[in-house]
Order: sequence, then C-alpha cells, then structure tokens
Amino acid sequence: MMVLTRSRELSGCGLSGIISRKKNLIPGEVIIRSITHMRERGNGLGAGYAGYGIYPDFPDEYAFHIMYDDELARKETEEYIKQRFHVIHYEEIPTRKVKGIQDSPLLWRYFLRPIEPPDESDFVEEDYVMKAVMDINDKIRGAYVFSSGKNMGAFKGVGEPDDIGEFYRIDEYQAYLWVAHTRFPTNTPGWWGGAHPFTLLDWAVVHNGEISSYGTNKRYLEMFGYKCTLRTDTEVVAYLIDLLVRRHKLPLRIAAYALASPFWKDIDRMPENQRRLFTAIRMVYGSALLNGPFAILVSWNGGLMGLNDRIKLRPFVAAVKDDKVYMASEEAAIREICPSPDRVWAPKAGDPVIALFEDFDGGTQFKEHQV
Amino acid sequence: MLYKSLSSFPVFEVERDYDKCIVCGCCVQQCTFDATYYLPYAKKVITDEHKCVGCKRCEAMCPTGAIKVRAVTNEFKHNAYWDARTIRDIYKQADQGGVILTGGGNDRRFRVYWDHLLIDACQVTNPSIDPLREPMELRTFLGRKPDALEVEYNEKGEPELKTKIAPNLVAEIPVIFAPMSYGALNLNMHKAMAAAADAMGTYWNTGEGSLHRDLYKYGHCTIVQVASGRFGVSAEYLKVAAAAEIKIGQGAKPGIGGHLPGEKVDEEISKTRMIPVGTDALSPAPHHDIYSIEDLRQLIYAIKEATNYEKPVSVKIAAVHNVAAIASGIARAGADIIVLDGFRGGTGASPAIVRDYVGIPVEIAVAVVDQRLREEGIRNWVSIIAAGGIRNSADVIKAIALGADAVYIGTSALLAVGCTLCHKCYTGRCAWGITTNDPHIAKRLNPDIAAERLINLLKGWAHEMKEMLGLMGINAIESLKGNRLRLRAIGLTKEEMDILGVLPAGEGI
Repeated sequence: MMVLTRSRELSGCGLSGIISRKKNLIPGEVIIRSITHMRERGNGLGAGYAGYGIYPDFPDEYAFHIMYDDELARKETEEYIKQRFHVIHYEEIPTRKVKGIQDSPLLWRYFLRPIEPPDESDFVEEDYVMKAVMDINDKIRGAYVFSSGKNMGAFKGVGEPDDIGEFYRIDEYQAYLWVAHTRFPTNTPGWWGGAHPFTLLDWAVVHNGEISSYGTNKRYLEMFGYKCTLRTDTEVVAYLIDLLVRRHKLPLRIAAYALASPFWKDIDRMPENQRRLFTAIRMVYGSALLNGPFAILVSWNGGLMGLNDRIKLRPFVAAVKDDKVYMASEEAAIREICPSPDRVWAPKAGDPVIALFEDFDGGTQFKEHQV
Repeated sequence: MLYKSLSSFPVFEVERDYDKCIVCGCCVQQCTFDATYYLPYAKKVITDEHKCVGCKRCEAMCPTGAIKVRAVTNEFKHNAYWDARTIRDIYKQADQGGVILTGGGNDRRFRVYWDHLLIDACQVTNPSIDPLREPMELRTFLGRKPDALEVEYNEKGEPELKTKIAPNLVAEIPVIFAPMSYGALNLNMHKAMAAAADAMGTYWNTGEGSLHRDLYKYGHCTIVQVASGRFGVSAEYLKVAAAAEIKIGQGAKPGIGGHLPGEKVDEEISKTRMIPVGTDALSPAPHHDIYSIEDLRQLIYAIKEATNYEKPVSVKIAAVHNVAAIASGIARAGADIIVLDGFRGGTGASPAIVRDYVGIPVEIAVAVVDQRLREEGIRNWVSIIAAGGIRNSADVIKAIALGADAVYIGTSALLAVGCTLCHKCYTGRCAWGITTNDPHIAKRLNPDIAAERLINLLKGWAHEMKEMLGLMGINAIESLKGNRLRLRAIGLTKEEMDILGVLPAGEGI
C-alpha cells in the first residue's frame, strides 16, 4: 500500500447498487456483472464492493477490514485493537490469485465487540468505534481500516472490477444489499486505499465526481472529531452522513438536502414552514454542502440512498423491479442484471432516491422514503 | 542655525499649461486648501505648492485639461533609509512639537498577503460552472448558528424545524459598508451608503457617530455602532437598527479611540451625536465600562436585553498579535459576529505613527481566528467579518477562503465616490466633499449619484465573485468558506504558509 501524503483522488467513475427490500439474498456474481458492464467508466486502477448481510455468523460484531503495508503495522494495530475490543474472531480475508491484481497489501478482518470503559456514563458505542477507526488510520503508519460496520463488509483495491471481484471472491458472498464502484483515478493511481467504497461504521459510500467544496467540508468535519486522513474527497461524504444522520439525528431526506441543497430561488418560493426549514438547513449546514459534480450511493444496514449534485453534473439512473431497487451510473448497468424493470427513471438534481428494507425500523428519521 | 520650515519643501508640484489655461477660475474655486489663486496683475492662475495636498481636484475639474498634479520625487538627495517622508516629519515635529496626524489607511511598504495568494480553478476532472447559465449564490447569513438542527414531523407528516435560530443578518452579497462615522463623513455619504446597501440587499455601518434621523428609514439595513464615546446611543437608535456593533478597536489605530476635531462638529452632528457644537469628540481609548472580557459580556447582554434578543450583536476589534485568543473570548462572551479590522484599515483621523506601525494584517488575523475557533469547536457560534484594506473582489474571495464570512469595505467605498487618498480627512477640507462638513463643499457629493456609484461597485464585484466561484466549480458561497485548499501561496515562507493554512503553488491537493 502506498500512502501519498498530499494527494487527493479526482475521478470519473461508475457506480451500481442493488437492494432487496424484502432481504432476499443476492449472489455477488450479480453485482460484478452490473459494474463490469460499465468498463468505459473505469480505467482498471480501482474498484470495490460493499455487501450487507454477508456475515450472518457474526451479525452483532463490528467487522473491521484492515489493509496493512507490512507485518509491523499489523502487529501495532492488533495491539491497539486488543486494548479496546474483544476479538471474537479474526482471519485473513480470503482472496484468490488473479493475474490482473498485483501488489496487494496484507488484508485481514476482525469481528469485534467494544470493551466498554467502566466509568463512562455517556458511552456511545458508535462514537467509540469511530474513534478507533480514526486513530488507526491517523496514527498507525501503514494501516488502514476500510470497513467497520456490523454484518457488512467493503472489499476494494487496484484493478478492474471483475478482477477485484474475483480476487476477493465476491461471488462466494450473498447479500441483500450490494454497492459497487469502478474507478478512473487521475491523482492517486496505485493506492488500494483510494478505491471506493469509503466506509465508517455501517455507512458505505461510492461516488462518481469531485467535491469542489472538499476543503470546507473537511475543516467542518474536523470540528466534530473526524480526521480526513485518506486525502480522498469521497471520505468526507461518509463522515458527513455519519455526522448528520447518526449524530445529529436529522431525517435522512433532510440530510440529503443539506448535502445537495435546493437553490435560494426555489427556497424563497416555498410555503412558510418549508422555507423556514430549508433556510435553517443552509444556514447551519452550509459547510456540509457538497459542491461540485457527484452521483453517490450511500448504503447502511437500513437501506440504500442515491443522490445527485444540485445541478446534476453526473449521470444517475434508478429502477424498480418487484422488491428490488437498482441505482447506477448508467441504465445499461441495470438492464444487464434486470432486463425488464417495472420503472426506470433519471432522478432530478439534488433529489434523493431512498430505498429502505421493509423490516427496517429507524423511527421518524427514516419516515420519508421514495421507492 | 538654519530655520527650516516644512513649507520649504513642497510635496506636490502643479504643472499648468498656460497655452491651455483659459483663466476660468474653476481650479481656484475647487481648491479647498487655498493652494490655488488668481494673480490679477499677471492675469494668471497660480498654485502655492506648499499648500497643495495632492487631492487632484483641480486636475479633474479643469475644463481644458491644463493642470497636472505630480508628486515631487527628488526633493532630497536619494537615501534608502531616510526617506522624504521621514525627513519631513522630523522637520514638522521640530517646528511644532506635536503628534503628526493623518487620515486614510496604512500606506507603508509591508507585505500584502493578498498578493501572495492565488486562486484555484477547475480543469477536466470537475467542470467549471458558467454563472451566466447556472445559478450562483452569494447569500450570506451573519450571526450565531446552532451546531445542529432538530427536525420533527408534524401531524400532517411534514418535516418541521424545532430548533429556534438566533437572529442573523442576511446579506445578498458578503460585502458590507464599513463603519465610518457621521462627522468623519458628511450626511451625503451616509445617505449614499444607506441607499446603496438597501438597493443591494446588504448592510452599512454607522460608525461611532450615531445615525441621523433622516436615515432611520434605512434601519433594516443599518448596523449601528456603540463605541467608547457612546455618541448618540439611545434605545431608539439600537431598536431601529438591524444589528448593533460594539467597537472595541479600529485597525488603523488599535488601542486608541476615535478623534473628531471640533471644527467638524456642526449643528446636525451635534444633535445626532448629542454633544455641543464645536467640541472635539474624542472617544476614550478603552470603554470605561469594559476593562475585561466579563465586562464586555455585560455590555453585549445589555444591548441584547435592550433589543429584546431580536438582533445580532457584533464586536469589532483591531487585528493585534493575540487576536485569536481575544476572538475566542469574545465568542464565548456572547457576541454573534466578530469583526477583525486589519492594519490597512482607514481612519478619519489618527496619529500617523500609530496608523503606520500598530496592528497586523487582516489576512493573518482571519486565518488564525478561524483556525482557533474551529479548534475550540465554536466556529458556528460567531460569524467573522474581515475588514481593513479589502481592495477588490479577489480580496473578498481570498478572505472568505481563509475563513471569513463577509467583509467590510471602507476605503474602496470612498474611492468609488471620488476619494483620491490624499489622507487629509482630518482637516475637514476634503475637496471631494466626502469627509468635509462644510455645507458648501459637501454639496460636491450628490448622494444619489454617489449611491449609484456604490451600487455599480458592488454589482461589479458580485459579477466577478460569481465568475470566480464558477471557475472553482462552486455554486454557493458557503462552499468557499474556510476552503483554504482552493488557495495557493507564492513567495511566502513556510511559517507564513503554516499560519495562513495554505499550501505552496505547485503542490496538488
């Protein structure tokens, strides 16, 4: 793994996601086919997947996927982990030898339960895990946590999406929610950590675009304890979602409107109540606004959300078929795995597409969803 | 010993082309410093160069273009250390034994950090945005913001805001007219700034000389100042305004109070400031009820009480060495807005020695204050206004990228209506009718025309700012705020770059 200290990934990319709202398991082979169908959108320098429901044997443990430069980094990280977590199980992430994949870092996964500090009355488990992730990424040289949620996992690296899929044996996993990404990096080619998805807890984000407001977003997040160590703009999306939805408890749809705000010309014409709300969103969360071109998929244990930037500078298509919802950069990637969807549409700029699991009860925060 | 008076060496020379001069007397009438007069026996207009201040009023008004006012550059033998101004100041003080006064802003040769910062643009990987075809938003809110919002669904299933938001100013362009008092400026200039701010959806600031009754109708776009002299501060004055500002210090003269010479205090100013006609209005150096941060807190809350917590309260300080810690204290004392006034900021009257050598640049002050407030997690509590030497729209963009929310413009606004930076504001004889209260000269500043020029200036800057946001691939000003990654430094030391929080040109993101 090569870590460039001052480099940021700028990329034109392709993304794809599938969710079964009834939690029917979808074989990994399906998502590989979909993302591979957009070969034009990547250049073989990065691809990744995230699957939800892939660890039924460890549903309540935080699954840490960590890449290491060397054994020294592994030793140091494992010592750090053992001080803070009960390690329920750990192993090397199973991989295959693939011709197109070279120079892979050491890849390990750990199923962890936090050791609750004895006298901390306001202990928040997620914050504890988040801090551990930030600490490892920031302080331990050559170690990078690329997945840290429950019953989910991210797999990513340098290569074409089909090679990465084969390498990580994605075809052997079954998930009820998949997201995938193929990358066309222009800045940090060759770094495994630079591939998507970017994750924190069970949030995973795949992204096509470039965040022109990165500097503003990064410094805003730093006020809340996030450390943007990966020099990739997508990282801020995962952290912003975590801050707004998990910590500030904003309704998911409202959080999406903070990330891709409506324009003042539209807000000024809204009915009083709504205008007050949207004005406040822009006043308070102005530094969370993602400016610049993007299409993103945000997945978590509750569902999948797709979002476009406020003037739709990147392609983004959604489709529905029975209990499944598809979101991708191109319709072709959807048709490849679902030839005749019930409905296909191109969501409007800044308008989130939200698909939740039928059994997901997130309270009113997730009350509004679209499909 | 040779008696050497200051007037032995004029600073300006006035060249008159007698072939072009029609002896109309216009220059004689226009010169407010009695430097130009008609010589009847020679039938000629001539200039007493010793009295010329270089304001160029005669040059601008001469109908035949016969006059050229030029600075004398070779009056003494060249000396890189003892320059002409230094020599002349010593003569002047040896003559009179006083403090040398000046107006305007610091004109000394210190590093201008704005000119060492370059702005980023998009190429290929993220598209630039065309402001002529896409919306481009400059709307800015100034005041306290909560760290998070609370949103609940009502019985109709609609999301509703539960959080009560503190009062904020809403500016359609993040450029506000700087505090310049009535008295230092005449009423025409105040009228022009008020009308221009109103038309552009932004604000103007009264400065410490209170607000003339005729301008109460502009209260909604007026920030009223409460300074150590407390001139004309009344409940009504506070209530009519959009926001109140406690002036602790001024970038041009940190640590000392305002000076308005008695010559400038006429009937109207006396009524507005609530002081007798002809008295010097000298504000004390500190507020005599603020000797500590807890005292400041009391005044902030006294004003909030007086205005029913309906208006943001701003605190303006001069940018000094410990500005970051001071600003943090002010934020914690309850201020909603902090104004950082850099050492390039102007003044109506100040000891030259203070104007020239006290304070620090606003670029640095904004950078360190923004960083400090972020480190303390209280950046949302206050808005930062950068003041003191903002010259153009690029300075505004850079100030916001460094961490400001908005800027004040004073000198730029004066230039827009004709000021030529002769720095004689304190004399009350401004030939351009801006800083004089002589009713005859003040007529030279038509408030309607001046307002139009100020509006033009703001419109021009707004266009340019939109262009610059667009080329950065940003369509809302909030995405520029504190976005130092979109700036690069050229020709700065490592320490300077660290303090400003910017990378050197050539280093990618």
